Amino acid sequence: MSTPAITAQPDGKPPRAKWRRRSVLPGFGLSLGYTIAYLSLIVLLPLAGLAISAASLGWNEFWAIAFDPRVSAALQLSFGAAMLAAVVNTVFGVLIAWVLVRYRFPGRRWLDAAVDLPFALPTAVAGIALATLYAPNGPFGAVLENVFGVKVGFSALGVVFALMFVGLPFVVRTVQPVLEEIDRETEEVSATLGAGRFRTVTRVILPAMFPAILTGFALSFARGVGEYGSVIFIANNLPFESEIAPLLIVIKLDEHNYAGATAIATIMLVIAFVMLFVINVLQAWSRKWFGHE
Amino acid sequence: MQVRVANVSKNYAGMAALSDVSLTVGSGELVALLGPSGSGKTTLLRTIAGLESPDSGVVYFDDRDASESRIQDRGVGFVFQHYALFRHMRVMDNIAFGLRARRKSKPKDGDIKKRVMELLDLVQLSGLEKRFPSQLSGGQRQRVALARALAIEPRVLLLDEPFGALDARVRKDLRRWLREIHERTGHTTLFVTHDQEEALELADRVVVMNRGQIEQSATPDEIYDTPATPFVFSFIGESSVIPVTIGNGRATLDERVIDLEIGRLPDGPAQLFLRPEDVAMVTDGGPGIPGLVVSTRRIGGMRRVTMECGLARHRIEFDASAELAIQNSQRVQVRIVGGRVYGAGQEGYATEKLAASATADFKWARAEGWLDR
Repeated sequence: MSTPAITAQPDGKPPRAKWRRRSVLPGFGLSLGYTIAYLSLIVLLPLAGLAISAASLGWNEFWAIAFDPRVSAALQLSFGAAMLAAVVNTVFGVLIAWVLVRYRFPGRRWLDAAVDLPFALPTAVAGIALATLYAPNGPFGAVLENVFGVKVGFSALGVVFALMFVGLPFVVRTVQPVLEEIDRETEEVSATLGAGRFRTVTRVILPAMFPAILTGFALSFARGVGEYGSVIFIANNLPFESEIAPLLIVIKLDEHNYAGATAIATIMLVIAFVMLFVINVLQAWSRKWFGHE
Repeated sequence: MQVRVANVSKNYAGMAALSDVSLTVGSGELVALLGPSGSGKTTLLRTIAGLESPDSGVVYFDDRDASESRIQDRGVGFVFQHYALFRHMRVMDNIAFGLRARRKSKPKDGDIKKRVMELLDLVQLSGLEKRFPSQLSGGQRQRVALARALAIEPRVLLLDEPFGALDARVRKDLRRWLREIHERTGHTTLFVTHDQEEALELADRVVVMNRGQIEQSATPDEIYDTPATPFVFSFIGESSVIPVTIGNGRATLDERVIDLEIGRLPDGPAQLFLRPEDVAMVTDGGPGIPGLVVSTRRIGGMRRVTMECGLARHRIEFDASAELAIQNSQRVQVRIVGGRVYGAGQEGYATEKLAASATADFKWARAEGWLDR
């Protein structure tokens, strides 16, 4: 049986759903279907599995695990350290982006490439390098401990340092293109209108960059929450002191306590989701407020 | 306020963007800096604003060296071609920016608001104060940029190709409107343009620039009627150029005499510049320069004819009545009724305006076969 030709419809029009509009970009149906299928398979399905697995626990058991002091401490450290590292990265990442975009100096390209190193380096390698540097007998660690009395290696502070390392490129790489787009003329106009450098930076440049900075912060933070490899080397992983939540999950799995691992994972997922949601709301608000749309 | 540029030079990577430029702009004057791209006009404007510092020379505001004060204190209103609006600020905040940035005698919030509303009224954008720049059209954005520059009561207003990014109709409207604003506010104003029509229509005085130097600074009429240099002649309006040789008090082309009143021009090579209206077709069989028509096109009520003459096939453009049927490859004769000859002078150029009576004596032309090549 032959299929009827599309052009041979009684009204002379090819059959098409109403929401489909003629477009110069072909393949909307196919690409949307692919996108949804792919996202489901890669992202949503495992997360659903996690939720189902956690649901088998029952509320009482779940709450018991969630409010276990050791778990709470680990969660607090994970999110707290990630937050702190993201804040530090935001400040210095913006600064680095500024220098890379605004100034021309020998070795700029090398510096620019170096920003990507934390992306490329296996996190375990980064962890070992950091641990060597910041260990109490390491070159930095010894000075910090003896001169300033600050213990970085094998402590909660070490966790923050590791997360600062892995999260930095996210801020730089999100802010950089936006900064490149802000043209010199905008700053020149600000100067002719009588604004000093400080006012130009705070009133003209930073507000224009704000959404990008927020995105960089969110990415750096999200990366920090999920980081495992580099942290376990530099922290000494003591419960209640320098034990992060992902490590606790691994420990539970090692103990064949799958329910416990799932429960912690679910809590992390929920908190991360809420925080990213808040950041996204902030972002939408800032875009509207600063007229980016 | 008077702006005086004294012997300013500026180099970029070995290239002279400005070489020894001097210019005085009187208080309340509206001056156009006109020239092709790369002629240094924008560099000159930016130097006056203090956005560039000259390698040598001084910019005076009245009788004070402007470089003694920072850009922030110079009191220049600068408008960029691409507006350079603060896109994260509403229209009202854009306009109020300069007032709020004032350190000394910062006006009260109420006064700022009042001033912003006045300016919005001046630039005819009342009711759009809450919009963001992205919600405005190009013409509206440029008017916001102008209001923002006017807000600080600038001592001099500088506009860099202010209408360059706008379409032809908006450009015309804004041009007329800028003239009105200038008449109402009386700011000393300089604007940069590469559009001769814009410069001639809008400005009190036009400064024609080429390769980092000022070719001529004069009123629009003078620029058009008595261009000081061949560059000005060819840059303004349409023109044909014929190289001629001057000797024994006569001008010759391909060793044939063209009967021009060359006056005091020195011997040597010279250039004959003709606008389309300086050339008339000979229809009565009288003497004229013979040529071959290579193209014709209609312009309004006239027919613009391009013909070639001389051994090197120099092109001359002229207007003929649309009623005359002129075809390609047709032989025609023309008579020179105006135009200008530029010869090498002691300083720059010696130039003679050609009288309307000057005609070419080309009785011999047919015999020597210019056209039979």
